[in-house]
Amino acid sequence: MELREELKYSKSHEWVKEDGDQVIIGLTDYAQSELGDLVFVNLPEEGDQVTVGEAFADVESVKAVSDVYSPVSGVVNEINEALLDAPESINEAPYDAWFVKVGEIAETEELLSAEEYRAFVEEG
Amino acid sequence: MLIFEKSRPGRKCQLLPPCDVELVRPGKEDQREQALHLPELSEGELSRHYTELAKKCHGVNDGFYPLGSCTMKYNPRINEEMAGLAGFAEIHPLQPVSTVQGCLEVLSLAETYLCEITGMDAMSFQPAAGAHGEFAGLLLIKAYHESRNDKKRRKIIIPDSAHGTNPASAVMAGFTVVSIPSGPDGCVDLEKLREAATDEVAGLMLTNPNTVGLFDKNILEITDIIHACGGLCYYDGANLNAVMGVARPGDMGFDVVHLNLHKTFSTPHGGGGPGSGPVGCKKILEKFLPSIRVAKKDGYEVERAKESIGEMKSFYGNFLVVVRALTYILTLGKEGIPQASQNAVLNANYMMHGLKDLYSMAYDTICMHEFVMSLKDLKKTTGISAMDIAKGLLDRGIHPPTMYFPLIVEEALMAEPTETESKETLDDAIQVFRELYELAKTDPEKLHEAPVTTPVTRLDEVGAARHPVLRYLFEETSPQGADA
Repeated sequence: MELREELKYSKSHEWVKEDGDQVIIGLTDYAQSELGDLVFVNLPEEGDQVTVGEAFADVESVKAVSDVYSPVSGVVNEINEALLDAPESINEAPYDAWFVKVGEIAETEELLSAEEYRAFVEEG
Repeated sequence: MLIFEKSRPGRKCQLLPPCDVELVRPGKEDQREQALHLPELSEGELSRHYTELAKKCHGVNDGFYPLGSCTMKYNPRINEEMAGLAGFAEIHPLQPVSTVQGCLEVLSLAETYLCEITGMDAMSFQPAAGAHGEFAGLLLIKAYHESRNDKKRRKIIIPDSAHGTNPASAVMAGFTVVSIPSGPDGCVDLEKLREAATDEVAGLMLTNPNTVGLFDKNILEITDIIHACGGLCYYDGANLNAVMGVARPGDMGFDVVHLNLHKTFSTPHGGGGPGSGPVGCKKILEKFLPSIRVAKKDGYEVERAKESIGEMKSFYGNFLVVVRALTYILTLGKEGIPQASQNAVLNANYMMHGLKDLYSMAYDTICMHEFVMSLKDLKKTTGISAMDIAKGLLDRGIHPPTMYFPLIVEEALMAEPTETESKETLDDAIQVFRELYELAKTDPEKLHEAPVTTPVTRLDEVGAARHPVLRYLFEETSPQGADA
């Protein structure tokens, strides 16, 4: 399981990167390996509101469709449109394949450090 | 080979009778620019084509089919005989009602019996399948709240073990979904349910027994919690085969149900059915039921309630499927219906007990009509996944159980043997499952290669999903027949 020291992690397996006054959100390496080969991604639209703990996107593997939950409340500044045509990039490089950039952050859930997230997954 | 590749211009067969009404040609603006690509074959070729396809398939008539939550029971021949009677088959939905009294009686009787089995007061046969019935049921709930001017109720509570169609239907009906986690026993977490039960809740969707094959013993408390917050309770009939004639959704506190006649009531399932997903409800919702319904007066008549949610499908739904289901109910009778469910539960427990020393059960307790295994540990130790075991079953003539569902169980295989399988079939299947387990331990590579005896071997499912080819591309587009 690959982890990046500079990122923060949610218990629902999203990674969060601070980027000025916005955050970038993606799926962790652990999540992509558990989901298996992804074949479809559904993203929100720019300007959409996202809420802590609520689904803002979904990913589909051969096995199942799974929600992707937002670790923050805010407004979507930008979406990674390249993912829509290449869902496999989430499997290949989960920490480059960001989903959304969210600004106007009103609330952030308690996030884990890389070390804490590793412990959380291994416990699990 | 596809039927289009076998087509030869000008080849014909006489399956359709000559047209006995005057031919009317639509105006130019309504005509197609190009002729339809219809395959041209002789009757013999056509017959061979479909026989060849049928040989490549696996149906209930070929062998064991323990597909969890799908109730792949045997479909008795007598159902087909009844549905083939000219008085049922050779009619038109626009015929005067005085000429189809028998057909209306079928709908009326089926409604009476199915209401008795489910504890509902009224039923519509318009929905064509399960998810369609769910959607209709949710529209009833919506109509109910709107009729009371209670417009803030936009939420539907659904447990995380639910069928994927539940949240999809709720969203289609304009609701937002509140997902609540299951407790460690696989049942609804009452505390979380209480937290979610607010005055914005329109209703709850639930199956009982639930998707892990367990009867939720708190069901009365669950429906009470929802009613206390002003919501209605919706019963997904997917798992009714465990309890028909034994426990009634209506008595559990449900206000709306849908049934899958193609599961529980032995009408054809798979291969396009067609299905039938009648929606039933308590008195308070009856006036909202879809479209036309049969009423018994001097004779049988059809009526439409003013406040009906409208058409879910044309006319009466898939009528001949209802004929088959009614035949099944009348064949089994009042004693046979609960016996069928009891045997379904017995068969599932028998099979589970034959496997549980090798395969770890997601919930190691007495199950209802189906049980869920988790192959998580097997995968860790041998690399053999639920998918590999499923493929191995194909080589041994068994249709695999449902895979990777419910989502709350890792590496899940969910088996539902149904009541129509003999002890010998179950014993054989148990033996096969046990052999595959041994193979996973001793020669996992063999299982990674499976299936090797089927018409097609291991398919590239990821490739198929990422780059789907959905239609046949014709070599040339000829204008043949456009004006013929």
